[in-house]
Amino acid sequence: MNKIYFDHNATTPVIDEVFEAMVPFYKEQWGNPSSIHWAGRGTRKAVEDARENVCKLLNCAPLELIFTSSGTESDNHAIKGIAYAKKDKGNHIITTKVEHPAILSTCKHLAKEGFEITYLEVDKDGLIDLEQLKAAITPKTILITVMFANNETGVLFPIKEIGQIAKERGITFHTDAVQAAGKIPINVQELNVDLLTISGHKIYGPKGVGALFAKRGVRLTPLIHGGHQERNRRGGTENVAGIIGFGKAAEIAIRDLDKEIAHLSMLRNRLETGLKEKIQHVYVNGHPEKRLPNTANISFEFVEGESLLLNLDMKGIAASSGSACTSGSLEPSHVLVAMGISLELAHGSVRFSLGKSNTVEEIDYLIEIMPPIVERMRSMSPLFAGHKF
Amino acid sequence: MSSKRVVVAMSGGVDSSTALAILKEQGFDCIGVSMQLWDYSKREDDKGATAGSCCSLDDIYDARSVADKLGIPFYVVNVEEVFSKEVVDYFVQSYLSGATPNPCIKCNQVLKFEVLLKKAIGLEADYLATGHYARIEPAPFGYKLLKGKDTGKDQSYFLFTMTQEQLSKVLFPVGNLTKPQVRAYAKTIGLRTSEKKESQEICFVEEPSYTDFLSSRVSSQDGDIVDIYGKILGKHKGLFNYTIGQRKGLNLSGGPFYVLDLDMERNRLLVGPLERLYSGGLTANEVNWINPEAKEKAASGILTATVKIRYRHEGALAEIKITNEGSIKLEFKERQKAVTPGQAVVFYDGDEVLGGGWIEEALK
Repeated sequence: MNKIYFDHNATTPVIDEVFEAMVPFYKEQWGNPSSIHWAGRGTRKAVEDARENVCKLLNCAPLELIFTSSGTESDNHAIKGIAYAKKDKGNHIITTKVEHPAILSTCKHLAKEGFEITYLEVDKDGLIDLEQLKAAITPKTILITVMFANNETGVLFPIKEIGQIAKERGITFHTDAVQAAGKIPINVQELNVDLLTISGHKIYGPKGVGALFAKRGVRLTPLIHGGHQERNRRGGTENVAGIIGFGKAAEIAIRDLDKEIAHLSMLRNRLETGLKEKIQHVYVNGHPEKRLPNTANISFEFVEGESLLLNLDMKGIAASSGSACTSGSLEPSHVLVAMGISLELAHGSVRFSLGKSNTVEEIDYLIEIMPPIVERMRSMSPLFAGHKF
Repeated sequence: MSSKRVVVAMSGGVDSSTALAILKEQGFDCIGVSMQLWDYSKREDDKGATAGSCCSLDDIYDARSVADKLGIPFYVVNVEEVFSKEVVDYFVQSYLSGATPNPCIKCNQVLKFEVLLKKAIGLEADYLATGHYARIEPAPFGYKLLKGKDTGKDQSYFLFTMTQEQLSKVLFPVGNLTKPQVRAYAKTIGLRTSEKKESQEICFVEEPSYTDFLSSRVSSQDGDIVDIYGKILGKHKGLFNYTIGQRKGLNLSGGPFYVLDLDMERNRLLVGPLERLYSGGLTANEVNWINPEAKEKAASGILTATVKIRYRHEGALAEIKITNEGSIKLEFKERQKAVTPGQAVVFYDGDEVLGGGWIEEALK
């Protein structure tokens, strides 16, 4: 059975060049980068070279980048770090209803500690209203955190404009760019962001490594206390091989960015057009243009997304419904619900997130096998039986 | 030729694990499925996340590791919404109406043999298998449901709601084995669940007892404990804390007293001597007939059968008559103790389950 992977927003395979770059740091260059002697010096240099590569992906300075264990840690660090550092100034945080659980759960936790959280609504395209954002700001607002690209729909938020609004009012602005990095250009110099989260394993790097861009001058209370690593901002001996892999992955992402955007959007459009042609009652969720080139979030009316995924898996096709971090919870995707999509349609949604290695043949195979599966599921659905055509 | 596909409902316990192993050995194309019944993430608070006793995340972990060990694809399907509505709400409502519910039967009926069976068919499976101790055999009228070979473990009581359609698509691979045989088999093939303790309590109740579970959801009101003449003997702590036949925990002097009835309307607990606890018969509704010949008899005349009025009841002879479609009235040959509304009454001919229903009322 052919294995086809359409779940790159969940994670990506480590590509060979990345893996090759990491191996020496498990075998020969195992020194602690904080050591002053020969064993540590080489490792230190490699870590700093990797840092520069990751910085190039964002166009930031090396001292503005903190390596962490994951996107989730970076999000926690940014939000709690600002909340605690600025709690004398205010206790109000603004975010959106469609963030990743790493943001939502952190905010929920802070709410228990007395912080006030505003969750902005999104419209049917998945976008926020900037006027609503402005109206939500109070003198107590210390942080705005809005994702760069939505993990479920790929919808892109107006980061630069949000950043401008925050900047004018002296509010710190964080964006979770885990899904955007490596898929579209990111330039923190132009975006008015103070803090930005990225993750290694979403850009063909290893798992267990993330980074937080913290603009020069932004003061954060550390999340993990320990040694002086990462300029006292994140204790713990560096995940050296992980960081090296992350650096290599960033280097490749920059190199291939234009090519990938063209490749992915071609495949994504073929997939969406093909499915819509072959199957009735199919809807693409999210703003038609303002979204990532690789993500197709599709609702199949009268079908349960979960069963669809299992059937696809049995045919060797990996896709997902919503975020891998929320699967296991039955709630129809909080993102789709916030967009005003009906519960039935939200339950029937599948996310196909494409990547480097996907081919036209794979897309065509999906388009070929999908109609009979959907038809069979629909023949079992009481909702479908009652539907008038 | 491709082999028949079966979805195995895995609870994470030794019985369903063994069921999977047996089917795999018999050459079925198996898929393991666990049901996530309860949204554990919602219960998380600053004291940390916890989980119930059956079908918890730990059990799903166990089920997954068994499936992995046997090289079987494994999925978790989310049925929280149905579970909460059809099982938990039913459980609470039943207590509030003064009855004593049996959530395990509802769970089988709705979650396993409706929702999961449908999901299995959606996966192009020919059968759904569970780890129940019961057997299904072909019969002139379709299929008959039989007690498990291990009479001490027999779970046919919990399966009386099954339809012919369901029986034709369900397999009980451990029904022909005894519990020790199941454990031994699980051990020989090295299943990690072979020594696992059996789940006894109601799976979704995390609290020390079901009454704590109910107390945290509904308000309880103290009231009077009265004898059969209406004389007030003491105070009760909210009616759902009591079940018919209960003797302990009444804190009454004299006696012994047994709980005879929960009077919801007047919020009174009726107690009396042991002989008052015996009933001559009962009525039941939502009756399901598995054996149509038995139904015919009960409709046209009288059906004599052995009936069980609770899971651990040894069974009593009774004469059963259909009163309305879906309802029956039965009379015991010998008066029976503690007939409890809300529990199931299941009719047997020897090992065969003829049908069953939900007890509505005890008859004097």
